[in-house]
Amino acid sequence: MALHKLTLFELQRKFAAGEVSAAEIVRAYGLRIGQVEPKVRAFVNQTRDQAMAQAVELDRRLKQWRKTEPLMGMPIAIKDNICTEGVPTTCSSRMLQHFVPPYDATVVAKLRKQEYLLIGKTNLDEFAMGSSTEHSAFGPSRNPWNLGCVPGGSSGGSAAAVAADECVAALGSDTGGSIRQPAAFCGVVGLKPTYGRVSRYGLVAFASSLDQIGPITKDVRDAALLLGVIAGHDPMDSTSADVPVPDYTKALVKKHLRKLRVGVPREFFTEGLDPEVEQAVTAAISELKILGAEIKDIELPRTDAAVAVYYVLATAEASSNLARFDGVKFGLRAKEAKDLLDLYMKTRQEGFGPEVKRRIMLGTYVLSAGYYDAYYGKAQAVRTLVCQDFETAFKEVDVIVTPATPTPAFKLGEKSEDPLQMYLSDIFTISVNLAGLPAIALPCGFSKTGLPIGMQVIGRAFEEETILRVAHAYEQTTQWRLNKPPIR
Amino acid sequence: MKITREQVEHVALLARLRLTDEEKDVFAKQLSQILDHVEHLNRYDTTGVEPTATVIGQVNVFREDEVRPSLTVEQALANAPDREGDGFHVPKIIEER
Repeated sequence: MALHKLTLFELQRKFAAGEVSAAEIVRAYGLRIGQVEPKVRAFVNQTRDQAMAQAVELDRRLKQWRKTEPLMGMPIAIKDNICTEGVPTTCSSRMLQHFVPPYDATVVAKLRKQEYLLIGKTNLDEFAMGSSTEHSAFGPSRNPWNLGCVPGGSSGGSAAAVAADECVAALGSDTGGSIRQPAAFCGVVGLKPTYGRVSRYGLVAFASSLDQIGPITKDVRDAALLLGVIAGHDPMDSTSADVPVPDYTKALVKKHLRKLRVGVPREFFTEGLDPEVEQAVTAAISELKILGAEIKDIELPRTDAAVAVYYVLATAEASSNLARFDGVKFGLRAKEAKDLLDLYMKTRQEGFGPEVKRRIMLGTYVLSAGYYDAYYGKAQAVRTLVCQDFETAFKEVDVIVTPATPTPAFKLGEKSEDPLQMYLSDIFTISVNLAGLPAIALPCGFSKTGLPIGMQVIGRAFEEETILRVAHAYEQTTQWRLNKPPIR
Repeated sequence: MKITREQVEHVALLARLRLTDEEKDVFAKQLSQILDHVEHLNRYDTTGVEPTATVIGQVNVFREDEVRPSLTVEQALANAPDREGDGFHVPKIIEER
């Protein structure tokens, strides 16, 4: 089997056994990237040469003493809003086009400690604001299953790279669905950890109360493996939780779901849900029942408020976080400014794209004098209600299963002119961020036109093991993960 | 909620964003649309409901105030769009009399 088709677990086993060298791995992925990247455009910046140099050095060292770590020699792609020391981190924005971080994000430092190989930085909607990568200043990525469709977003480059076998695994970030929605669109696995589970240090901040970094992988076991490496408390992120990190792969041992209660919220199966998605997710829920789970109807009555809450809170936080891009200390600076105010205004005009401007405007508006209580205060209170819905539900059930997205991947250009329609495409993922819960998206079928369909498994805070167990048991009984996109 | 062009101009100044005339018109329309959707929130009674700022019940985190390694001056200035000596160069802030 070609190396690029292997999962992280499989590739790592081959490497640890000495059956394949790091240089061979990088060469195989280099060939694959050479073939498909001109069509997929998953990367903002490829780092194959550096990866090869590192691989050669790694192989030389391992000849003397063979000791491997789970990610050693593994070609991993990283979303380009996560800082990599010495490697440009652009956020797919003109603002940071030439920004080279002087430090590693904590998650990157953890991968580096295991001697992973950075294969490239992946494309995103500018500053992670979007659901399609069409808001990237460097052009959209494509869905490997259908090049006329979006890969989703904002971690669309990471999901497309994993789906097209251009890397063995990737990191993304998820503020309102930015890991799970592209994973669903591209037919791969994406996990958003509990808020605080993974350090955000070195992640370029979008909405600090919602952002989380997580893995995008070829299967559930790989997600467990990668999450185990990046999770944990970090003194550099005061919102990271001091909760022990279990061995997530141990959660995958049980193959049945007996004594597990699965909640199905009726609010997620209403108008606007594509019939093929509904059918696939309903079939998946029947499969969970066959595996021994007890299926219960539940209610999350405030679900329809989530999008509105999100677009007030996320844009408010973004307007504040993005105030730092002022043309002074790093990033773009506009030329010929006549004074400091002019410098700020021109720099931000030139550096930000339309979606980022729109969100800064919305966020500034909802925080401005006279509107703060009506919008920001109100949204924070309704956020409490959304959280309470989940608390009530999780007294009755252990996990909640929903569609990951209302439809399969949409066409390029289909929603890019209508921001509200684009926002509403995140309706199934957003409430999870508001409540800070962990959730995993994984393939559960295909549309008649051959596009992947994803389901979402939501768990209680810090119960990533449970959602991984459910996802893995389901994955093992189905063959979806063996399907590969037709691209070559 | 109808957002006027004047409101767009006011918010753009608060946000330190220069907008073209076209952008002002587009944003006035789009922000109105999005805020109409946000109005849905008023259907929920939030009397006596505590606002949520953090979901995992965090409190302030303190540490000892001690000197620790940090970026060097060169590292900190490496991305500066314009530097002068060991500082960031910016346009004059204070007007001459």
